Amino acid sequence: MLKDITFGQYFESNSLIHRTDPRVKIVLMIALIVFIFVSGNMFSLLLSAAFVLLVLIVSRVPFKMYLKNMKAILPVLIFTAIINLFYGEGGTVLLSFWKLTVTTGGIYRSFFMALRIALLIFVSSALTYTTTPNDLTDAIEKLLTPLKFIGLKSAVHTLAMMMTIALRFIPTLIEEAEKIMNAQKARGADLESGGLVQRVKALIPILIPLLISSVRRASDLAEAMECRCYNGGEGKTRMKQMHTSLTDIWVTVACVLYGSFVVLLNILL
Amino acid sequence: MDNLIEVKNVTYEYTDEETVHTAVKNLSLNIKKGSFTVILGHNGSGKSTLAKMLNGLNKPTLGDILVDGINTKDEANELEVRRKVGMVFQNPDNQLVASIVEEDVAFGPENLGLEPSVIRQRVDEALKAVDMYEFRKSTPHRLSGGQKQRIAIAGIIAMQPLCLVLDEPTAMLDPKGRAEIVSTLIKLNHEKGITVILITHYMEEAEKADRVVVMNDGEIISDGAPSEIFKNVEQLKAVGLDVPQTTELLYNLQKNGFSVSTNVISIKEAACEIASALHSEEK
Repeated sequence: MLKDITFGQYFESNSLIHRTDPRVKIVLMIALIVFIFVSGNMFSLLLSAAFVLLVLIVSRVPFKMYLKNMKAILPVLIFTAIINLFYGEGGTVLLSFWKLTVTTGGIYRSFFMALRIALLIFVSSALTYTTTPNDLTDAIEKLLTPLKFIGLKSAVHTLAMMMTIALRFIPTLIEEAEKIMNAQKARGADLESGGLVQRVKALIPILIPLLISSVRRASDLAEAMECRCYNGGEGKTRMKQMHTSLTDIWVTVACVLYGSFVVLLNILL
Repeated sequence: MDNLIEVKNVTYEYTDEETVHTAVKNLSLNIKKGSFTVILGHNGSGKSTLAKMLNGLNKPTLGDILVDGINTKDEANELEVRRKVGMVFQNPDNQLVASIVEEDVAFGPENLGLEPSVIRQRVDEALKAVDMYEFRKSTPHRLSGGQKQRIAIAGIIAMQPLCLVLDEPTAMLDPKGRAEIVSTLIKLNHEKGITVILITHYMEEAEKADRVVVMNDGEIISDGAPSEIFKNVEQLKAVGLDVPQTTELLYNLQKNGFSVSTNVISIKEAACEIASALHSEEK
């Protein structure tokens, strides 16, 4: 079903990674991405690969799920690999035609780049599989708290509120779009055939009703929020508090250790 | 009993393409604490406009509305009025803010700036009061219309209002969902003593109320106990409203010469009324 698609895909489990504080998780994910980029040679990149693999195993999310995400990005991966094939320097020439040459250096480089992208995808999927969208939103709000001190107080709250409402209404709007599509099909609208231009044109009678109904929903929601004493987040408290625990410390220690090895390998080799 | 809401000679006007419409005309109404009032009226009778004035969402053009002694025109007490008079709307989808049930219910108390532990307790209580506690971790789009509307009600009672105003909360629901909402409201009224003002055009819902107010064209045309109101079948039909099926049946029997009275509503009472009429006929 179309409406079962949610933004980010959470996989229910109670692993070490699931239990980590979402704020810590986001920061560590960013750190991990940085370290993967910092990994300048094959040894440090392989170490990164090993660490990412460890994260995936510990997350207790079936490996199949990660591969599913990878499939979507496969064309980009292949494209990068092919392009880099011709950019390698040094090594013996294996193939040469027109202005392009493929060297062993190129093969090395192509593999290196593809692996790097794959690791980035794995890391970000590990975050979305182990954290509910709501926790992610809350964590982002908390992490942006320092912005409040430079006069962006309402901006942080507004951003978080927007994300919450967007998450809430994605399934509702998808359902509505399906309904409108069926209604238009019942009146003889042809959505499946024709060229690109024709298909885009066929979408207009779906998008306009959807837009109008969204505006109506927004105004209803605004009224309902007002009735629930919403006044732009002034003095608002939260029911769910985030706590950092021992788990977070261990996970952070692991990441720091990994990071220092990457730096070490980069310097030594 | 004290009056919780006092509507004093209120008129509400709005401008639409330069013509002035009067949605509510010099209307006065007192709502008693702990009562269950149903406001009936067809579309455009001004009942929704009245509802939105009760918690200050709309401000009266003329006249005053006092909620627990506070004038709704008083900007400084706006939040206080909204907290005291909770409002539930027609479309359950457009009232829910968060994608997890308990987080949505927490939205109101969070806005009030309560302590996390207090919010937790209120959310749990509110969800239990509408029998949705086991769905607290669920997501609204997987629930039925009736369930979603009950979550919306829970979101309001978590703010511990004195009064609950519901503007056609059952209009978009199936019969099962409608029954769920009505029984929830009766339960809240009886067990928690929350004053309920239910705006509807379903007669079956009006039968359960202490008091029925019929509105037409921005004015109150009748006001009284359900059995009193439904007695005037002709008047109700004249303003485009139906009467409960039992009343309709008795009314038609009466018109055809049977000596039955039309001021009973429940099926059992109606059956007794018909039986006694038949008995006297035989004699």
